[in-house]
Amino acid sequence: MSQSAVIDIRDVSKQYTVKNEVLPVLERLSLTINPGEFLSIVGASGCGKSTLLRLLVGLDREYQGEIQVGGQRVTGTNLDRGIVFQEHRLFPWLTIEQNVGLGLENSPWDAAKKKQAIKEHIELVGLTGFETAYPHQLSGGMAQRAAIARGLVNQPSILLLDEPFGALDALTRSRLQGELQTIWQREKITMILVTHDVDEAVYLGDRVVVMQPRPGRIRKVVEVDVPHPRDRSDPALKALTEEVRAEILHVSPEN
Amino acid sequence: MSAIAASFTSLRFRRGLVVPLLVLVAWELITHYKLANVHLLASPTAVLKSFAVQAKEGELFSQLLASLRRDLSGFALGSLAGLLLGSAMGTSRVADRLFGPSFDAAKQVAVFAWIPLISVWFGNGEPAKVVFIGLAAFYPVVVNTYQGIRSVSREHVEVTRAFRFSRLQTFRKVALPAALPAIFSGLHLALIYAWLATLGAEYLLAPAPGIGNLMIDGRESMAMDKVLLGVILAGLIGFSLNAAAARVEAYFLRWRVRNA
Repeated sequence: MSQSAVIDIRDVSKQYTVKNEVLPVLERLSLTINPGEFLSIVGASGCGKSTLLRLLVGLDREYQGEIQVGGQRVTGTNLDRGIVFQEHRLFPWLTIEQNVGLGLENSPWDAAKKKQAIKEHIELVGLTGFETAYPHQLSGGMAQRAAIARGLVNQPSILLLDEPFGALDALTRSRLQGELQTIWQREKITMILVTHDVDEAVYLGDRVVVMQPRPGRIRKVVEVDVPHPRDRSDPALKALTEEVRAEILHVSPEN
Repeated sequence: MSAIAASFTSLRFRRGLVVPLLVLVAWELITHYKLANVHLLASPTAVLKSFAVQAKEGELFSQLLASLRRDLSGFALGSLAGLLLGSAMGTSRVADRLFGPSFDAAKQVAVFAWIPLISVWFGNGEPAKVVFIGLAAFYPVVVNTYQGIRSVSREHVEVTRAFRFSRLQTFRKVALPAALPAIFSGLHLALIYAWLATLGAEYLLAPAPGIGNLMIDGRESMAMDKVLLGVILAGLIGFSLNAAAARVEAYFLRWRVRNA
């Protein structure tokens, strides 16, 4: 439970140049994310939500405007910001234990503390007993759990999730959404989830940022004022889900 | 699971023995009924006898040892150099641009074409042989190491960036293991090429103890049993080296998905 910091996104724009043609991806985006908040970013494909996440991680450093975390401009990746990708991206030649341990490769902790952290996080995502299994021996859901453990193991104050459940079947997806909620409540860190699943965005988020494409910008920020842990059948949650869905459908009526 | 695999291999192994056994029987029959000139084709029994005689004198063992030592020295030299160059070209764009074109050009020259140069530079003796064998082992290791390291996925590299790995950490933790299957293929090929080159070197450079020498001796004294013994031994050693390499490879790459 490290000290969380405010994330400040101010007037951020980004464009790609493809064959001498400038393609705007993000246009003058501004947003403040509070410490310990669960923020969902939802939108149709091509709205720049994943690009925004890559900027927040620091994997992509070319943008206009300002992104600050705790008052410091983001200039690259940082161990205080963990990431979980859509694909689990575990290393096939390492066991689950070793994969989770990758997050501690550059940690100042001593070996005993590292070992303890790995054990705890494997337990946190419910993979105890699979420490020495290789990724190809796990199901998609289990592999994604391991990826979450790897993202959390060095106790970052911010965890970024890029459509982490997008490739999973519906049943596994809802189970992992529930588990992620529990983990977030326990760890009390900031989580930013990028998804195209409206139910997921509303079920998990304290706020839901609805983005619209071409160029990517914020259409609306919806507050989800329902206490955690949440019940999917909660009428307030359902109403908000419909509200968000309407916003997205309004943006792209062709879908 | 492994029991099934084992019985499958042993079944496959037994099937693989069918043809050699048939050849052996045919060979024995041909020589027994003198269907071929016995001076040109010694019988299996004669080869076996020759093996027993040579083995008893201890000469065979020392010839074998000399060949193997030569083979493995060349293999070690060539694959070490190959690993270094392949890794350098795979990880550094500058090294790739510097050495890539020259390497691709040199690769086109058949290894045997280097023999005249090697014998001028290194003489006719042991160093020349080891260098020649090393050269044969060098090429496949460079090519495979290079391609293996270049095939590292961007997705995995991004993970290491998120965890702020240094270049060395990225090489050790990602590039090397990801390249390992390709590197092993390269080393495996190198082992085979080195053994082929060992016999080539023994034939083409100055005579010295070795399996090649045994065969040259046999040919010169028209002792076909010796020649055939050499051929069989060369084949068996190549086969064993190959099998040993496959074992080592399977052990180190046990994390890989086993699909048919």
